[in-house]
Amino acid sequence: MSTQQTENRFIVPIGPQHPALKEPGHFEFVVDGEIVTGASVRLGYVHRGIEKGAEDRTWTQNLYLMERICGICSHIHATAFVQGVEKLAGVEAPPRARAIREIFAELERIHSHMLWLGVAAHEGGFDALFMYSWRDREVVMDMLEMLSGNRVHYSANLIGGVKYDLTPEMMDKIRDGLNYLEERLLHYLNVVNNDETFIGRTRGIGTMTREQAQLLGAVGPTARASNFAYDVRVDAPYAAYAEFPVEMVVAEEGDLHARFVVRILETMESIRVLRRIFDNLPESELVTRVPRRIPAGETISRVEAPRGELFYFIASNGGEKPERVKVRTPSLCNWGTVITLAVGHKLADMPMILAGIDPCFSCNDRLVMVRRNQRDPQVWTWADLRNYGIEYYR
Amino acid sequence: MGVEASKPWQQVLDKIRTWARVNSPWAIHFNSGSCNGCDIEILATLTPHYDVERFGIKLQGSPRHADVLICTGPVSLQAKDRLLRIYWQMPEPKFVIAVGSCGLSGGVFHGCYNIVHGIDEVLPVDVFVPGCPPRPEGIIYGVAVLLEALKSGKRPERTMKVELPAGVDMTAMEVGQ
Repeated sequence: MSTQQTENRFIVPIGPQHPALKEPGHFEFVVDGEIVTGASVRLGYVHRGIEKGAEDRTWTQNLYLMERICGICSHIHATAFVQGVEKLAGVEAPPRARAIREIFAELERIHSHMLWLGVAAHEGGFDALFMYSWRDREVVMDMLEMLSGNRVHYSANLIGGVKYDLTPEMMDKIRDGLNYLEERLLHYLNVVNNDETFIGRTRGIGTMTREQAQLLGAVGPTARASNFAYDVRVDAPYAAYAEFPVEMVVAEEGDLHARFVVRILETMESIRVLRRIFDNLPESELVTRVPRRIPAGETISRVEAPRGELFYFIASNGGEKPERVKVRTPSLCNWGTVITLAVGHKLADMPMILAGIDPCFSCNDRLVMVRRNQRDPQVWTWADLRNYGIEYYR
Repeated sequence: MGVEASKPWQQVLDKIRTWARVNSPWAIHFNSGSCNGCDIEILATLTPHYDVERFGIKLQGSPRHADVLICTGPVSLQAKDRLLRIYWQMPEPKFVIAVGSCGLSGGVFHGCYNIVHGIDEVLPVDVFVPGCPPRPEGIIYGVAVLLEALKSGKRPERTMKVELPAGVDMTAMEVGQ
């Protein structure tokens, strides 16, 4: 599976279909013996044209389309979209609805981080941890199913509120589940910190300094593991994060091990904040009245997805469909770090470094242009694009 | 399926083949542009809570070792060629399970410009598992339906054939039958 180019220079292609990848993406690692000297990534296999499709659907229909940008962080995509639309319409969701949005978001974060813990351990050849963490993840999936009736796409959001309410019995059940999960997470923290083989695979691998994280535009737990303290939930609270704040988890080291620790501690922080919400869940109606027409205007909306900052730009022309929806997902911001960190490591470390940013391919397949020393990269005419396409395939 | 079962020893061989095939189908999973939801549910079926390995089903990395292609997603134009290539690399007899609403018809992405609207537009599909995403139980049931059909010797009717285009050399694919 390698192509010889010149002497002592091999390119190892990985993907789009590969046992280590659950989703299609193509990577090329230039290796000198065992050591990676260069890396490139090619995405686009999951590009479906959602942003264009959004212009063809009504505001309500778009809610369901946006959820399906990503199956792991589906609630947070809908939340970002809904918050932007609410801002345009000039309404605010009732307090209970905002708290329920936070409940769903934090449950989703628990499920996403446990999923990642398993997959990352699997990439490192540690399948026992994969199986255990996925077994325990089913506890969260059962909670989400109890709340919404679906395991993956909860569809909890409406424009102006939420669909589902919590009863005291549900909260008691979730509390029981959270107690169990907390116990298990402490165990995993112990494994991650003390298992010798695991530390051998993670400590000092893929180390990223704070300056690098800032320069490469890393977001979310990947950046926070490099001591770059930035979390939208803390810095610009949305939903009910002002009333039920979370504490930011930051680590100093910046290596793979720090990313494991940050994510596990973040999960435990989610459990803590969930308990606080259940104790003080505000009473109010679930949905507020929304004007029939969304007024013309532009807005942005930022939320903290499990993988980092998620950014939506929404433009309305007063019609029944959005004029433009632009999505900036955290996975795409983190790809730059992989390409840089890969250099100098062994080929065998690549799966774990790839998994270390918690990549989600379905989130990030959109066009991105980074061109140095050129005029405004945001504006491309049709002729420019055509020429670029011809040049690319030459 | 397989060889013409005319002579007694061939019939016996065929029975043994079917027995082996039904008891341990190896599957390969390909995401052709889905949102990831179906893929994590497929992965969840492998983990202790659902555990499909008790039926002998194993997720296999290489298409050349696989009997069943479990495919998700509305097939983006970019992934289409790759999907066909994986299908051609699989040894005969091969079976396709389409998982998820968007794999059936494009689902929520219907009308987006970069998709083919369903796996059955590209490949002959044996079993469809609807749902957005289907529950792991649904996926297991889909596999069980396929295995049941194989056991009774009835293969789901094929509506289309996907042949290798002339001039493409993939002789190594012929291994297996």
